[in-house]
Amino acid sequence: MKLTLKIWRQTDANDAGGMHTYDVDDVSADMSFLEMLDVLNEQLNAKGEEPIAFDSDCREGICGMCGLMINGEAHGPVTTTTCQLHMRSFTDGETITIEPWRSDAFPVLKDLVVDRGAFDRIIQQGGFISVNTGSAPEAHAVPVPRDDAMRAFNVATCIGCGACVAACPNGSASLFMGAKITHLGELPQGQPERDSRVVNMVAQHDHEGFGGCTNIGECTAACPKEIPLDVISQLNKDLRTAMKHGH
Amino acid sequence: MTDMPDTTLTSDPSHDAPLPVDTDDAADYYTPGAPIADTKAPQGSIDQRWQTRKFEARLVNPANRRKLDVIIVGTGLAGASAAATMGEAGYNVKSFCYQDSPRRAHSIAAQGGINAAKNYKEDGDSVHRLFYDTVKGGDYRSRESNVYRLAEVSTNIIDQCVAQGVPFAREYGGLLDNRSFGGVQVSRTFYARGQTGQQLLIGAYQALERQVAAGTVATFTRHEMLEVIVVDGKARGIIARDMVTGEIETHLADVVVLASGGYGNVFYLSTNAMGCNVTAAWRAHRKGAYMANPCYTQIHPTCIPVSGSHQSKLTLMSESLRNDGRIWVPKKKADCGKDPREIPEEDRDYYLERIYPSFGNLVPRDIASRAAKNVCDEGRGVGPEVDGVRRGVYLDFRDAIARLGKDGVEEKYDNLLDMYERITGENPYEVPMRIYPAVHYVMGGLWVDYDLQSSIPGLFVTGEANFSDHGANRLGASALMQGLADGYFVLPHTIRDYLADGPFEKVDEAHPAVVEARTSVTDRIEHFLTVNGTRSVDSYHRELGHIMWEYCGMERTEDGLKKAIDLIRTLKDDFNRNLKVLGTADSLNQSLEKAGRVADFIELGELMCIDALNRRESCGGHFRAESQTEDGEALRHDDQYAYVAAWEFAGDGEKPVLHKEDLVYTAIEMKQRSYK
Repeated sequence: MKLTLKIWRQTDANDAGGMHTYDVDDVSADMSFLEMLDVLNEQLNAKGEEPIAFDSDCREGICGMCGLMINGEAHGPVTTTTCQLHMRSFTDGETITIEPWRSDAFPVLKDLVVDRGAFDRIIQQGGFISVNTGSAPEAHAVPVPRDDAMRAFNVATCIGCGACVAACPNGSASLFMGAKITHLGELPQGQPERDSRVVNMVAQHDHEGFGGCTNIGECTAACPKEIPLDVISQLNKDLRTAMKHGH
Repeated sequence: MTDMPDTTLTSDPSHDAPLPVDTDDAADYYTPGAPIADTKAPQGSIDQRWQTRKFEARLVNPANRRKLDVIIVGTGLAGASAAATMGEAGYNVKSFCYQDSPRRAHSIAAQGGINAAKNYKEDGDSVHRLFYDTVKGGDYRSRESNVYRLAEVSTNIIDQCVAQGVPFAREYGGLLDNRSFGGVQVSRTFYARGQTGQQLLIGAYQALERQVAAGTVATFTRHEMLEVIVVDGKARGIIARDMVTGEIETHLADVVVLASGGYGNVFYLSTNAMGCNVTAAWRAHRKGAYMANPCYTQIHPTCIPVSGSHQSKLTLMSESLRNDGRIWVPKKKADCGKDPREIPEEDRDYYLERIYPSFGNLVPRDIASRAAKNVCDEGRGVGPEVDGVRRGVYLDFRDAIARLGKDGVEEKYDNLLDMYERITGENPYEVPMRIYPAVHYVMGGLWVDYDLQSSIPGLFVTGEANFSDHGANRLGASALMQGLADGYFVLPHTIRDYLADGPFEKVDEAHPAVVEARTSVTDRIEHFLTVNGTRSVDSYHRELGHIMWEYCGMERTEDGLKKAIDLIRTLKDDFNRNLKVLGTADSLNQSLEKAGRVADFIELGELMCIDALNRRESCGGHFRAESQTEDGEALRHDDQYAYVAAWEFAGDGEKPVLHKEDLVYTAIEMKQRSYK
């Protein structure tokens, strides 16, 4: 198939940037979206034009490195990561608009590459259980009800890609944060730090310039791992509880 | 210590049959060096060695630890766990990764599980059995002291991860569930659906970020290590490039740890992430670190077949699928193009179950891969023809769905089957999946002693980047075990013996060794940007991959390997004269990043072929067509090749020097592997 691509290009964080149009031929339906961009980049390189910078690593939907706004949707039209989106989801002759994640808290570094360091800084403020290496009790010392373990797992599948932020009209990272709060809060091991975790993570979230949640739900619709919206309710509930406890 | 009883093993006298004298196929390609005499493993009973070493390793006073600078390159399981643990201990740690966050390292993609000798199933497992299975699975080419230690600490890993909140699969009673994996007959694999690597890495990542907040670890993301700094024979730091600004940075330290992963991307197409590379390890190799057994490559049997020339990577389907899926091809070539659902039971060849009745679909990876290649070579492969051959076999869940129900299968494997459907457009609940082997892991890596220290003092190597634990073939669910064993429980003990002599004399940035390292980095970058040729980096990478897969892949021959070496040398020459890299050095430049990596892959590829040429035997994942039994199984030659091949870099254009470390087994008897 043949496609017309409108792609955001920006030389560095200080550049204003703008949309550029490219034509790409010989796209096969079995290609992944990123392989289609690889083909375009080879063409650009051959013409002496600098290839388009975009992030990707595992290309199997788990590392969270890739992420593009495709026709205005985070990761494009299918519920998956950009690397797992295939060209069979598009039609011959289509025009596709490709932009970087949209969020003040994720500044553009170049073209389609953004800085998501804010996510790491949120985790630093409490997205862990404090247990030094070697000090753990026997793994079977504390049984965990199967349903709790399953819920913890289901939300722990968050890949930290940032689609939730990019999709949110407020630029909120509440889904990302709620997933971590819920993952650790479901487990007995996560209880001792439960209050301080939520308070400190939320403070860092606000400090980074992410917006507040107004229950729009774009985040969960865009999430490639289908993290459910109720993790945000859990986040709010945990925050209320912590504040009642005097945090 | 007595050997494990094993009903299926037979001693094969042919191992001791002397080869003709003139069998050093690689004689013209290397220089013999002095043997490696000492691996620093303590003597004595194998189950006491680690205890002895931990006790003998000197301690570092807590007040001194913060004066000791530790650089750790890589944030996968082996790197993040080491950085977190060293930080907790109070050392001053700098952690580097090329990704935008430590959480993205490729350990995250491991699907199936992690082994540990917990024996929760009471099915006869033990530390000794895990040790035995790992040595046997590695075809008796690993170092027994290291493997025993790995099995020993495996149980601590599970305790640690559970305490961190890793949500492993559990039974209804709330206790941990296990499954079995290839090459073993017990259930010792802990798992978190098909995303075990992700969950373990996030556990380690969170522990790492906790130390960042505590001020003991500083992270340097989007940084690539491009050179190691060696001062007076000791590793004292690295040169790294800030991949956003292009700035070349000097980072000095008392000790350097490489946890930079494996080099499977030398094959271009592999299940590795796009960025996985050998550069950190290769730059260290060029500075004096021996590279051990580089030809030992694991070709994973269950990957999604190649669909076309645009392919940028291959996707693994977890080996755990072999627990319930059955592998088959049609008995008749004429059936290969048919809808598999129309092929009756009696016309299907469940070839693994037929050839290996004891282990069936759960034979080790190397055996399953070669069997798939063989049936496809016979013309019984399935799926679309690529270059005139159908390269695929069926992995069928029909019987599992009948037995467990669709829900039962979904619960165990849902995300994997979904992923398959997304990539291929076919629904595996209705049509059998098609799989084919792909490069997945490398057992070779930088040589390390028992302390995980390389041949450069002060340079330690952990995880897939080192060579020590898996011999010539790694068992499933053992990579995660090794990465975390090294990082959480081994390195923090062994490295303190080295650091007990520190802090070392301060190195000045103007020191000639630092200047030399910086200059070599900047000169190389300048070179890539000024060749101004006509070919892209990717085109060279692809060509290198073709050469490696064709001649140094699942089956290797003397003629093929010699041809590959010639082709690689020609490719290298062309790369140096005809490369085209656009953009600048002082900005984010992904082509420039790739150029450095591909340059190193080209040099590594040549060494892999020389190593494969030298080893005229078949063992594990290394199959030399010249060395096989009558029924086509790998045939080792223990009398000649029971050694680790540790290669020393001798200079550009010079022949590498081969140092041999003899493998001596005291706790296990070397036998012919048999899974029949």
